Amino acid sequence: MSALPLHTPLYDWHVAHGGRMVDFAGWAMPVQYSSIIEEHKAIRSAVGIADISHMGRLRFEGPGAAVFLAELLTRRVADMELNQIRYSLVTNDQGGILDDVLVGYYHNSTGQPFFLVVVNASNRAKIVDWVAAHLPCERAERPGQEVVWADVSRLWAMIAVQGPRSVELLQPLINVDLHVMRYYRGAQVSILHPAAQRQGGIISRTGYTGEDGFELSLGADIARAVWEVLIEMGRPLGLVPAGLGARDTLRLEAGMPLYGHELSEQIDPFQAGLGFACHLVGYDFPGREALLKIQGRPPQRLRVGLELFGQRPARQGCPVFSANQAVGEVTSGTYSPTLGKPIAMAYVSPEFAAPGSELQVDVRGRREPARVVELPFYRRKRSRGLSQLSRGLSRFSSDENGTVPFPTAKMGLSPSAETRTQKGSDE
Amino acid sequence: MATPPSKDLLYSKTHEWCRVEAGPASGKTATVGLSAFALQALTDLVFLDLPPVGREVKAGQPFGEIESVKAVSDLYSPVDGQVAAVNAEAAKRLDHLADDPYGAGWLIKVKITDEAALADLLDEAAYQKQCEEEQH
Repeated sequence: MSALPLHTPLYDWHVAHGGRMVDFAGWAMPVQYSSIIEEHKAIRSAVGIADISHMGRLRFEGPGAAVFLAELLTRRVADMELNQIRYSLVTNDQGGILDDVLVGYYHNSTGQPFFLVVVNASNRAKIVDWVAAHLPCERAERPGQEVVWADVSRLWAMIAVQGPRSVELLQPLINVDLHVMRYYRGAQVSILHPAAQRQGGIISRTGYTGEDGFELSLGADIARAVWEVLIEMGRPLGLVPAGLGARDTLRLEAGMPLYGHELSEQIDPFQAGLGFACHLVGYDFPGREALLKIQGRPPQRLRVGLELFGQRPARQGCPVFSANQAVGEVTSGTYSPTLGKPIAMAYVSPEFAAPGSELQVDVRGRREPARVVELPFYRRKRSRGLSQLSRGLSRFSSDENGTVPFPTAKMGLSPSAETRTQKGSDE
Repeated sequence: MATPPSKDLLYSKTHEWCRVEAGPASGKTATVGLSAFALQALTDLVFLDLPPVGREVKAGQPFGEIESVKAVSDLYSPVDGQVAAVNAEAAKRLDHLADDPYGAGWLIKVKITDEAALADLLDEAAYQKQCEEEQH
């Protein structure tokens, strides 16, 4: 990683539009343009876009790619369907978390299959090294099981489009029906605008805000032009560009962990509440045996949500007490714009982890009363999503008399355990 | 309507302003607030902690804290003295603090006990220069 912060393809736009640039994981990124609270609320109520081109993206292809990834990631990969995405972890041999990632399975425009693994910007170098260490030449070139991979982070930009009006904004620009695209599904798509210069992109119904939305990967050379088209088309919908500040308050409200806060090599997936992302039978990946042992033991600490009764937000590192006993530590804390009060995530001893537990947080020397609450702090209303699904479904349904059958019946969606745990991962 | 910064304001390097006036009885009183530049940089204020009346404050030492969604910052006293008044309204209307930072947005009044520290404060021109440098 270079000493100077890296620039995304949208850097010049951010600077020209009042983005307050900060160094984040080696990248110069906008923390906000106007007000974090305004940007946050726009994404909760309308739509916002954020530059997430700093996210690391590793592409894997070749006949051995699926098995290689199955032997690297904690989540099953070999059985993934086309255009499916899964949340997974990368663990070290001790079961500590090296990163949390999204792995997607796509076909490119000529029908060649490939996997895209999206890693945290702060962990890109580490994961690239980890992949290289587990993929020596003799493994990568094993006849019939070849794996070709590349870090394409610098070639592609990535734009998060988040908020209840995301479909409305994006649909005119995308050649697949976004109304029916399910959560944690994606597609290789065409971008229907001259600004895209006939280039395609990869879109997925994923995000880090707890809101409906999409993430769009596209060529670095067209990123700014497409971003400006989104700004223009989004204006009547209430779109604002959002920085890292709003992304942090949004993901915190949604109860989503952030590497370096809730996740680290010292934390195992079960403590973090991410056991659903670990498939310990089947392919052998680094950390699998350690995780089997850890799974059988009672956890030493658990990730919880805290609501504070006062006005002072708790921050990372604040000690958590029950009476005079130290029982844990805050990993992230902020003021929740949606709830209008301070919220935090913390690791606490299991006996204090039940919702309703009354605790105190030491905020710079003063004890602030807090209560353990269930995560997430904020859950979006599903009615809109369901009506969208029904509307979309009717296009595929011969039954036009208004009764829409249960989606699985007509669309062949399999309500497998896999699907349910994925939903659990975000909700 | 925001009160414009007047010529009689002095500033600390840490962005507090103060207006020194005679009285109420003998001695001088400093009204202390946070500059427009600082408030604009902070944004999204969520918490303000001010000291009680009677608390001793020392120039360059924290007298309170102000917190935004992103981070907490200490407030530093520009003068030595004793807190004579506290603007309780400021904490209740944090989102309006930046509307009138030099008027309704004052934070505390300090009865000055030692005027020596005043010599270390910046005048309007010197402070504006510092702000311009910080912006780059």
